[in-house]
Amino acid sequence: MKRREWLASVAAIAFTGCAAPAPPSPLRFFTPEEAATITAIADRLIPTDDLGPGAGEAGAATFIDRELAGPYGTSRDLYMRPPFLPGLPGQGPQSPATPAARYRAGLAALDAHCRAAFAGRGFADLAPPLQDRMLADLEGGRILRNDGGRAFFDLVLRDTIDGFFADPAYGGNRGMAGWRLIGFPGARYDYRDFVARHGEVYPEPPVALA
Amino acid sequence: MTLRLKPVDAVIIGFGWSGALLAEALSSAGLSVVALERGRWRDTAENFPPSRAPDELRYAVRHDLVVKPAENTITFRNSVAQMALPIRAWGSFLPASGAGGGGVHWNGQTWRFRPSDFTLKSDTIARYGKRFLPPDLSIEDWGVTYDQLEPYYDRFEYICGISGKSGNLRGRIEAGGNPFEGPRAREYPTPPMTMPYAPTLFAEASRELGYHPFPQPSANLSQAYTNPLGVTLGACTYCGFCERFGCGNYAKASPQTTLMPVLRRRKNFSLRTECTALAIDHEGGKARGVTYTDASGEVFFQPAEIVLCCAYTFENIRLLLLSGIGAPYDPQTGRGVVGRNYAYQTTSSVALGFDGKLLNPFIGAGALGTVVDDWNGDHYDHGPLGFIGGAYLAALATNGRPILNHPVPPGVPRWGASWKRAVAKSYLRTTRLLAQGSSLSHRGAYCDLDPNYRDRFGRPLLRLTFDFHPNDLKMSHFVTGKLAAIARAMRPDWMTIANREAPYSVVPYQSTHNVGGAAMGADRGSSVVNPYLQSWDLANLFVIGASAFPQNPGYNPTGTVAALALHASDAITQRYLRAPGPLA
Ligand SMILES: Cc1cc2nc3c(=O)[nH]c(=O)nc-3n(C[C@H](O)[C@H](O)[C@H](O)COP(=O)(O)OP(=O)(O)OC[C@H]3O[C@@H](n4cnc5c(N)ncnc54)[C@H](O)[C@@H]3O)c2cc1C
Ligand code: SF4
Repeated sequence: MKRREWLASVAAIAFTGCAAPAPPSPLRFFTPEEAATITAIADRLIPTDDLGPGAGEAGAATFIDRELAGPYGTSRDLYMRPPFLPGLPGQGPQSPATPAARYRAGLAALDAHCRAAFAGRGFADLAPPLQDRMLADLEGGRILRNDGGRAFFDLVLRDTIDGFFADPAYGGNRGMAGWRLIGFPGARYDYRDFVARHGEVYPEPPVALA
Repeated sequence: MTLRLKPVDAVIIGFGWSGALLAEALSSAGLSVVALERGRWRDTAENFPPSRAPDELRYAVRHDLVVKPAENTITFRNSVAQMALPIRAWGSFLPASGAGGGGVHWNGQTWRFRPSDFTLKSDTIARYGKRFLPPDLSIEDWGVTYDQLEPYYDRFEYICGISGKSGNLRGRIEAGGNPFEGPRAREYPTPPMTMPYAPTLFAEASRELGYHPFPQPSANLSQAYTNPLGVTLGACTYCGFCERFGCGNYAKASPQTTLMPVLRRRKNFSLRTECTALAIDHEGGKARGVTYTDASGEVFFQPAEIVLCCAYTFENIRLLLLSGIGAPYDPQTGRGVVGRNYAYQTTSSVALGFDGKLLNPFIGAGALGTVVDDWNGDHYDHGPLGFIGGAYLAALATNGRPILNHPVPPGVPRWGASWKRAVAKSYLRTTRLLAQGSSLSHRGAYCDLDPNYRDRFGRPLLRLTFDFHPNDLKMSHFVTGKLAAIARAMRPDWMTIANREAPYSVVPYQSTHNVGGAAMGADRGSSVVNPYLQSWDLANLFVIGASAFPQNPGYNPTGTVAALALHASDAITQRYLRAPGPLA
């Protein structure tokens, strides 16, 4: 997809699928192609269905794009001094690769794999069942094993869920789709009247940070 | 070049609960006091108003309020045979930074330890014999008793306005409270919080089983309260953005909401934020003051008559080691004391889901819930069980923040349509029970300076060597079994048991209850500070915080950290100032 098409599709989703139309946001880190792939992945991780919008539709690409352009993407706040040595799982991540670098490499590797396996079609152009298979293979370490495919899957899954449930201000929970799905009232900040009302349905809709 | 500043009576390193309590006590006694805090200034209205506070990504996931690993971290390994590697991103615990320290973003679960916790070693030997103790345990008595600390527990609870119900009022066991607690002189300053659904179900089930449930003593206040210093706190709104967050309602007791309004008016007190202590200077058996650097990188020397190191466990130990104070602990020979007896908390949990019950987990507060203390301490016979220690068992309705809390029943895939359906169904119907278990110090659990990794100033990082002792795992499995029995009695539709297993990992969050390494005791051969938290080596240096714990009982630490700090402050103002010198 071209950049303009991506923006157009985001705008279309915003106007059809969500309560509050969000203006299309310019990309800060991803190329339009990368953003399209992320949207396609996120739509399989948390698909749109009768329960409501999925993660792609709710803005996963916008969320992850902004996060990667900020301190998270560059590991600004983490301890990044050498030497970087392999450790035990219980010693925590020891890689010098930042999330931004891992996305750039991981998306390229996934797309290259798909193009080689499916006659030049990238991940975003595959049919959903095939996309599901690719993701399951990535998660199971059956593809891109030597390129950290499994860890990349975990990273994308975590970021997609983070965005889907974070405040809509971050871009990945457009229309509070994630909160509506589960019944989380968001940033309400006062439940005194409801504490003792055990087992009752909380009647108020979610609210987001201003 | 180091700029030498005007001398003061007391300099405090670190402005969390420990530093703030000492600052209040010493400045009220008329001393000139300067506190150095490496993190930023922060206060309720400016930094966590309700319009900004409930932001899970920023605070709970990206850890906005704690120290950045880029600024300071520690290295970690399970045993001396391994190479320690730096904790590059926080996981298992979250060391604080900024005015108020961890007191800003704690849960507020405010405990007193049991009388028997302070005499663990001698009680265990007296009851079960010396051979009952595994030979590599290095547990110690504290050198202070519950009765000595009771007035200070009381003072802290009244500074905070803790909400709770007494279980032992001057020796009289009271219904509805914790019958296993030590005698308290007064009832809690405010009544317990209102219980939401899951803690109520937990209390009913545990009562059925013959246990003694009671409300978690809480620093999230059930009602507005004015403390003895004249500072007023608000009522908790059960907002569910509590631990890892600042409170926008002035309802969680913190240095900001209890002490700072008073300290800000005192001309003999000043707080210097974004000032990192580099070393405690000393000469001829006396601390001279503190060398520190500010945000611009300039280096200062602050001379002082008394130095109070209140920088939390890891940095308390590191400052002692970097400053060459006390003999570093050597795990090979067992000699030395600084870094010895590090301990943690042995936690485990049970998740349970109810198809037909809306638990509304978003109604929460950091210290909201019901607790059963029947399997903590030593009132039950450990002889046949073959371990020492225990845990409290609890249903704490802390939060339903969805990024980190979106449980699904076992067997559900991690993504896709079926995951989505399961999350949508489970979120409102799932809760988690917790066992907060003790952690005994042992020979292989300690801290020293890392030989390989350095901080941004080029100084060695602290190195943590730690794993769960078999005693603690045995204890944990036992109490988790009791927890699972209560869970079953709650009749859930599904449940999963998360036992604690070795090896210890720094990745999943467990608790910021890191203790020991500058342990207190009556015997200088096995401790760094005396019962007044006064250094055995430098009489005008006090090392305050959970670093003083010789091991960790099955409770959260801060009530005892505060009691020890206030106990030390009285010893300083009432005895030390009259006759500076060793207090023990
Ligand atoms: C999420 C969370 C929840 C918690 N919940 C509970 C609970 O429910 N109950 C409970 O009992 N405990 C709880 N705790 C633990 C509790 O926060 C600590 O026990 C308590 O805050 C310790 O107080 P302190 O003043 O000793 O240390 P801290 O609060 O850590 O303060 C130390 C201060 O020293 C500063 N400092 C460090 N090094 C330097 C230096 N070199 N120069 C200058 N300043 C320095 C730090 O920036 C920090 O502000 C929790 C902790 C966390 C993180
Ligand atoms: S739960 Fe209560 S004490 Fe905690 S932050 Fe919210 S209002 Fe404050």
